[in-house]
Amino acid sequence: MSERSESCEKGEKWKETRRLVSHLSLVSSVSHKQTRWTMLTDTERRELEDAVKHYPEKRGAAIDALLTVQRHRGWISDESLLDIAQFLEITAEDLDSIATFYNLVFRKPVGRHVAFVCDSISCWIKGCEQVQEQIKNLYDVDLGQTTSDGRLTVLPIACLGHCERAPAMMIDQDVYGEVAPEKMENIMEKYK
Amino acid sequence: MERPLTKYLHPDGSPRFLREYVATGGYRSLQRFGTELAPKDVQRLVGESGLRGRGGGGFPTGTKWSFVPMGPDAPKPKYIVANGDEMEPGTFKDRVLMEGDPHGLVEGMIMAGYALDAEVGYIFLRGEYHLSAQRLNQAIAEAYAEGYLGKPLPGTTFRFDLHLHSSAGRYICGEETALINALEGKRAVPRAKPPFPQTVGLWGQPTIVQNVETLYNIPQIINHGTDWYRRLSRTKDGGTKIYGISGRVTNPGWWELPLGTTARELLERHGGGMADGVRFRGLLPGGISTSFMIEEHLDLPLDFSSFPPDVGRLGTGTMIILDDQTCPVGFVLNLEKFFARESCGWCTPCREGLPWVAKLLMAFEEGRATSDDLSLLEMHTKWLAPGHTFCGLAPGAMAPLQSALKYFREDFERHIAIGGCPWSKKSAQQRVLV
Repeated sequence: MSERSESCEKGEKWKETRRLVSHLSLVSSVSHKQTRWTMLTDTERRELEDAVKHYPEKRGAAIDALLTVQRHRGWISDESLLDIAQFLEITAEDLDSIATFYNLVFRKPVGRHVAFVCDSISCWIKGCEQVQEQIKNLYDVDLGQTTSDGRLTVLPIACLGHCERAPAMMIDQDVYGEVAPEKMENIMEKYK
Repeated sequence: MERPLTKYLHPDGSPRFLREYVATGGYRSLQRFGTELAPKDVQRLVGESGLRGRGGGGFPTGTKWSFVPMGPDAPKPKYIVANGDEMEPGTFKDRVLMEGDPHGLVEGMIMAGYALDAEVGYIFLRGEYHLSAQRLNQAIAEAYAEGYLGKPLPGTTFRFDLHLHSSAGRYICGEETALINALEGKRAVPRAKPPFPQTVGLWGQPTIVQNVETLYNIPQIINHGTDWYRRLSRTKDGGTKIYGISGRVTNPGWWELPLGTTARELLERHGGGMADGVRFRGLLPGGISTSFMIEEHLDLPLDFSSFPPDVGRLGTGTMIILDDQTCPVGFVLNLEKFFARESCGWCTPCREGLPWVAKLLMAFEEGRATSDDLSLLEMHTKWLAPGHTFCGLAPGAMAPLQSALKYFREDFERHIAIGGCPWSKKSAQQRVLV
C-alpha cells in the first residue's frame, strides 16, 4: 500500500469516527466547513432572514433565530441547532452555549403547552406553592416535567411582572393573575 | 396632581396607538428639532431636568449622556438601547407603560437618539412580555409608516431606525453590559467596566442603555420644559415615579405620583393599608435587590437622593410588603434561591456563594441551623459585598439579607431555638385562605 493511499484510508476512518461522534455529542460538521444540507423550511428561512436584517452581523440574530425555529418545531433538537448554526455561520457549539444559557430556549422536548409558574417573592407570599401543588395533584407532574400524554410541561419562572395580581402564571403566551388553586382546572380547559 | 406618563392610559389596559397618541400631543415636539432644538439643547434640557434613571440605579441621565463622544470625529454608529428586561421581582411598572402607551417609548428613543446623534435603537424586551412585544411592534410599524422612523426628521439630517429584540429569559440580562452581550447574540454575562458602554458598548460602539420608564420621561421634559418637570417632584430629583405595591395589602397596584412620596402615604392612602388580619413588618422599596425598610422609615421620601446610607436605595420604586403572617426567613430564602438560580455563573463568589446562602437559609427553615450558621450568613454579606464580584447581582442579593439579619434577627434566632419555622403551619393555612 502506498503512503498516499494509506493516509487516504486513515482519512476515511477519521471521517467515519467523526460521523459517529457527531451523532453522540454534537460535534458539529459546521465548524469544519463540511457541507451539510440546511433543513430550514422556507418559512423559517424567510423569518430568519428578516431577523438578521436588524443586526450588523448575523450572529446578533442568534436568540431570535432559536426562538423562531422553536416556535415552529416546539423545541431545539440537535438537528435544529445545526440548521440554525449553519444559517448564522457560527459553530453549533457556540450556538449551544447560547441555547443552554437562556431558559426560554428548550433543548429538550416540551408538551403541547407550557405552564410557567411564577415563584418569585410576591407570588410566594400569595401562595404560588399551593398553585404548584394543585398542578401536581391534577396532572401528576412536577416542575420541570411533562405529563405522560404530552399535554403540559410545567416550569418555574422568574417574576412575570404581574405582582399586583399575584399569584401569576403564564400558559404559552397567556398570563393569568390571582390564580387560586381551585381555578386551575377551569384555566386549563383552554389548553388541550 | 399631574400624572404626565399615565394620565391618558386606558383604565381597561387597552393600548393607545398612533392616532390617539398624536391627538394628545405625541410626536409634536419632533417638529421643533432642527429649528429650535439642536441635539445639545435636548441634552441640556435632560440634564437640567434632574431626571435620574428609573431602572433602580438612579444615575443622573444627563451625566450619563455627557460621557457619549459627540461631534464629527465621534465613532459611528452610536446606539440607544431601551432596557425593557423587567425581571426584578415585584416590579411591573415598565409593562404598564409599554402595554398602554407603546408610542411613548418610540418617541423617547427618537429624542434620545437625536440628542446623542445615535442613529439606531433597540428595545430589549424580556421574552415573557408577549403583549408588550405585539403592541410595540405595531407602534414601530406605525412610526415607520408616518416617517418618524426610517426617514430624516423634517428640517434635520437625523434619521432613526428602531428594532425590537425579544429576549429569552435570565434576570442577568437586565445588567447593562450583560444586556449588550445578549443583544449581540451571546451568553448574557456582564463585561468588565471600564470601558463603559457610553464609549465602548454594543458591537464596540458608543451605547446608551436606558430603562424604559426613564425614556418615557424624555418627551415630557422636551414638551413641557424643565421648570415644569422639576415642579412635578417633591424633592430635588425631577419628575414623577411609577410606584407599586405587592404583597398582602388591601389594594395592590401601581400609581404615578410625585417623586418623594413617602412609603406611608403609598401604603395607607393608595394601597388601602394592610389586608385584613395581617400587620406590617417591613418592606423592600423597589424590587428585591434593595434593603428592608421598617416602621421607622415609612416617612422617608421615596426618591434617589433622600435615603440615608444605612437605608440603602429606592431601587425600582415598586415595593414588596412583608406582613406578620409571613416568615421573614422564608421570605429571604425565596429571594436568595432566586438570585442563586439567576446568577450567570461567570464569577466564583456569586456562583458558589449564593447557593451556599440559600442552603444556609434552608437549614433555618428546616430546623437544622445553629448559631454558627447565623455568623456564616453574616460573613457572606461581606464576602459578596460590592467590589468582590464582577457585577451587582450578588451585592444586590446581600442587601435584603443583611438588613433582614439586622431587623429580624430575633426571628432567625427563634428558628434555631425551636428547631424549625414558627410560621410553617400557620402560614400554610393562611396562604390557602388568601
